Amino acid sequence: MIHIAKRKEMSLAQASLIRAIAIALALVTCGIITTFTTGLNPISVYATMFEGAFGSARKVWILLQELSILLCVSIALTPAFRMRFWNLGGEGQILVGCLAAASCMIILGDRLPNAVLILVMLLASIAAGAVWAVIPAFFKARWNTNETLFTLMMNYVATQLVAYFVIVWEVPKGSGNIGIINQSTEAGWFPQVAGNKYLLNILLVAFLTVAMYVYLTRSKHGYEISVVGESTNTARYVGIKVEQVILRTLLLSGAICGFAGLLLVAGTNHTLTTTLAGGRGFTAVMVAWLAKFNPLVMVASSLLLVFMECGAGEISTAFGLNHSFGDILTGIILFFIIGSEFFITYQVRFTRKEKGGEEHV
Amino acid sequence: MFDLAAFIPRAVAQGIPLLFGSTGEIITEKSGNLNLGIPGVMYVGGICGVIGSFLYENSLADPADMNSFLAVLIPVVCCLIGSLLMGLLYCFLTVNLRSNQNVTGLAMTTFGVGFGNFFGGSLIKLTGTDVPTISLGATSRVFRTTLPFANSLGWFGKIFFSYGFLAYVAVLIALLASYVLDRTRIGLQLRAVGEDPATADAAGINITRYKYIATCLGCMIAGLGGLYYVMDYANGIWSNDAFGDRGWLAIALVIFTIWRPNVSVPASILFGGLYILYLFIPTGKNLAVKELYKMLPYVVTIVVLIITSMRSKRENQPPESLGLPYFREDR
Repeated sequence: MIHIAKRKEMSLAQASLIRAIAIALALVTCGIITTFTTGLNPISVYATMFEGAFGSARKVWILLQELSILLCVSIALTPAFRMRFWNLGGEGQILVGCLAAASCMIILGDRLPNAVLILVMLLASIAAGAVWAVIPAFFKARWNTNETLFTLMMNYVATQLVAYFVIVWEVPKGSGNIGIINQSTEAGWFPQVAGNKYLLNILLVAFLTVAMYVYLTRSKHGYEISVVGESTNTARYVGIKVEQVILRTLLLSGAICGFAGLLLVAGTNHTLTTTLAGGRGFTAVMVAWLAKFNPLVMVASSLLLVFMECGAGEISTAFGLNHSFGDILTGIILFFIIGSEFFITYQVRFTRKEKGGEEHV
Repeated sequence: MFDLAAFIPRAVAQGIPLLFGSTGEIITEKSGNLNLGIPGVMYVGGICGVIGSFLYENSLADPADMNSFLAVLIPVVCCLIGSLLMGLLYCFLTVNLRSNQNVTGLAMTTFGVGFGNFFGGSLIKLTGTDVPTISLGATSRVFRTTLPFANSLGWFGKIFFSYGFLAYVAVLIALLASYVLDRTRIGLQLRAVGEDPATADAAGINITRYKYIATCLGCMIAGLGGLYYVMDYANGIWSNDAFGDRGWLAIALVIFTIWRPNVSVPASILFGGLYILYLFIPTGKNLAVKELYKMLPYVVTIVVLIITSMRSKRENQPPESLGLPYFREDR
């Protein structure tokens, strides 16, 4: 018989060991699958992935830039998740942030001095993201509307809204693309810090990560979020206004997603497309969850996923594989990590009849 | 003028993948599992069918030798096996290992879409053509075979009989699922598992078995939606990412129908219609407005979601334990 019981608490070292074993097993499985489906030597595939992520100074900067955006979105979703509010609407909240920033660049580009313009863009994108998150939060707080499904639907509303404005502002007409906004004047583009295009984004997100950690673990607000997440009844009993906490937290969550949109438009891409968010709203859910909603650990978990993404790009060019191969590998690694959580939360004891506890699928 | 006789068949063809997906997801959600991996499962179902029929078509010296029975059976079986494996994976992680369902589902979608596009891309490379698609015309013709008298009935035939057999299978499965859920003991027990697993467990219902069967069955049905899309709707042409966000639309449909597969039959056709409405509405030169029309299915879903939660009628709510893992000793 297998007996399963919940563990009290596991030391961080032990939990990390279990996760490391899971990742190692995942890499072995990925290697077997790689050989099986493509006939390539898995070691050389991994070496190429590593090369693709860290191979040159430029690649490292791109990795850090991608890391900072994904981390920013994960940071944004975290306060909502800690409250057990499943905000799957990151994608849409980023997109409306992008839309707000890009529209400021297009409409106000030649009317305001650059510093003022960037300030306006900041406010607009934060407000847009916040509104997009507060709509489902309002209905959740008032009528307990299912937030998972609501936020999910809001993504597609945002996508179509962006698609609409892309056609309204397309250059040239009929191309279906906006192209680079303000290419000649660079109005509304983030300034380069120390001669590097990406450094400002990275610094901003690093600051945000630490701030979020402090907010969640050291402030009264952060405490209230945790209490509401554990039990709304307890929260009400101790006098926390649950509705208010939900609205306030989602306002923050959406605002940071909108800010991520600003980073994408003003910091790196300088354009507006429907795929600008690139699935980060969903990837960030997994990043946040893998880090057990701890902002500092998220640096590691987003590094893992960004590494897979950058590495996949490299193997697709080096071996002529389809880019989606990276998604398959990422999926497998995620399955293993997801599965390994069980062994961290629960204790498996075998009594009399022995049966193997299988970890992989 | 709005051409209804042309619009309805296209809306139906557009709606059938959604109907498969939503029926599958409803059965899954009734067991308390919120499977956000459905978009991935539909990709896997589609590509497995494509791989099966690709191998079959290429094993024949002459396409005319094709046995139409095998041409249907092989893709369908491959599709069912592929989606079943996805279902088993989801169940193993969420039921046995009690993982978070949202995260597992999203990971499955990443994996499934990647799986579809990777093998799609590999097959495209095998065919060595310049176009980034796989064309399975012969198999598709079998899938699209309509009843012989369909063309002789004018608009009536066009609206009701102009579809391949999978479309009718979708409707039958939805009606059958509705009957089983509402009228049989098995359905009652399944709903009990989704509403309150602890009570169901105390009543002697095997929670694990119900969750496994409902989720795997749901995945297999959803997978057929992917197969229908490739073989029938897309004329046997697989191109990467063509399936798009239909999987999420299927999940939207689950809410829209308030967890009722029989309502899903007209509702999926309605969604299919909303999905292509922009093609039929004369907007003149203003192409941008078409993008706003594409928003309609999602907006409608949100409105339904809000209204059902406001009215808070007990029978219109999501299953009580939806998305929560069940651990017997966790009271």
